[in-house]
Amino acid sequence: MDEFLILSLPPMVIASLAAVACALPGNFLVLSRRAMLGDAMSHVVLPGIVVAFLLTGSGNGWVMGAGALAAAGLSALLIEVVTRRARMEPGAAMAVVFTAMFALGVVLLEMTGTSGIHLDVEHALYGNLETLIWLPGPPPELARLALIAAGLALALRLVWRPLVLATFDPVFAQTMGIPVAWLRAGLTAATALAAVAAFQAVGSILTISMLICPAAAARLLTTRLPMQVAVSLGFAVASAVLGYVLAGYAPLWLGLPYTVSASGMIATVSGLMLVGAALTASHRARARL
Amino acid sequence: MSQIPLDVRDLTLRYGDVLALDGATAHFPKASMTAIVGPNGAGKSSFLKSVLGLEAASGEVRAFGGPVADAMARIAYVPQRAAVDWSFPVRVIDVVLMGFYRQTGLLGRIDRRFQAKAMACLARVGMQDFARRQIGALSGGQQQRVFLARALAQGAELYLLDEPFAGVDAATESAIITVLKGLQAEGATIIAVHHDLSTVADYFDRVLLLNRHTIAEGSVAEIFTRDALARAYGPSLMLAAE
Repeated sequence: MDEFLILSLPPMVIASLAAVACALPGNFLVLSRRAMLGDAMSHVVLPGIVVAFLLTGSGNGWVMGAGALAAAGLSALLIEVVTRRARMEPGAAMAVVFTAMFALGVVLLEMTGTSGIHLDVEHALYGNLETLIWLPGPPPELARLALIAAGLALALRLVWRPLVLATFDPVFAQTMGIPVAWLRAGLTAATALAAVAAFQAVGSILTISMLICPAAAARLLTTRLPMQVAVSLGFAVASAVLGYVLAGYAPLWLGLPYTVSASGMIATVSGLMLVGAALTASHRARARL
Repeated sequence: MSQIPLDVRDLTLRYGDVLALDGATAHFPKASMTAIVGPNGAGKSSFLKSVLGLEAASGEVRAFGGPVADAMARIAYVPQRAAVDWSFPVRVIDVVLMGFYRQTGLLGRIDRRFQAKAMACLARVGMQDFARRQIGALSGGQQQRVFLARALAQGAELYLLDEPFAGVDAATESAIITVLKGLQAEGATIIAVHHDLSTVADYFDRVLLLNRHTIAEGSVAEIFTRDALARAYGPSLMLAAE
């Protein structure tokens, strides 16, 4: 088989699926000004995965995913408790909880030496996209991420109408009998699930860029929500593919003897897309005056 | 079926140490139009939200002879304009269509029938030409009219409006009052938090004077007196007016 199909296509598809899974809830995080929650969820995934591994001894992706979701639920609860008991503003409570959980994850990881299963600190922080190759069959992450992305898309389609209403006008939504609190919790869960997906591809630190950048860029360039979501998915896939190609091939084209981290390049590309969108949007706003 | 649209008894709401409502009591007869009037911090918005069950207040609220929760489909609530993010990526028509949510549900198709009904609601508030605009492109008064159109879409019998005239232009104010009087003529009951004491007598037929508890309620002629206002606002307002 062609080298590209074996070495490059699987990680590119996986990165794209992770980016799509993240961009879906990301649109609603941006609209409800809860982007910080994305950062929190992408960090608390780490201790969840480590603890799940320590408890079960299994490197199975589903086991680790379950651990990550449990950690996400626990930290959502902790954030509530800290907000109320310590009378802290929610942003600060979130920051305290997720950095503490993340630090715990890093310490656990270093103390227990779980590096045998791609779970050393570097991979946890930056992802291990380059190792997800076709060998001899597809990497198990491929099917898992496809399932997560499809599941999130389906769930979003189902609750689209009440979710839009609850995001736009939560008080009015409540008077219409929409379970606003449940939708909020559902968005938190979807964010956690997307963070688990992205963890595989780009690691803990850069997941936030997948959650927020494509949606924030699309928000700047569109005036209707369905269009915003569609454009954000386009940006998500484009940043994943372009980032991977630039990381793996651009240095070779330039005659450099090394490649750079794919996850770092993906996050950089999506950041640049956001910058481009911001410039375009302010330019358009000026042209309208 | 002469059930009273809204009957509120002993409504009490506490935010931490602050008592926002302290045993407010009021009743609102069918096809009446009531202004809720009172000083800042008197709990006027809290009163509406507590009635709707949006705040965890104690007391008894009955709508159309039963618990409010069972009557929500017959009640339309128009929040303060400032309560939402007007840069949200929806068009005017999309906001009005939200008023049909109880009929369309999760996945019910929004067909031409609903589109036409939404356009009729927009026409009633004079906003039919703005249907395809993004809501962020509207003026404050136009935004308020869109909110009212969304309430019309609900086809309710009881309308609760939180400061519908706050910060709107004169054209909007007269458009809104025309619509509200039209609804009243059709038998609907209107309750609005209102700030401008000078227009109370022109716009409304009943008044609820509120300052955490009920100071007075009844017809404008009976209740809207210097004496009652002084009790609600304190004597300083009266001095300023003179």
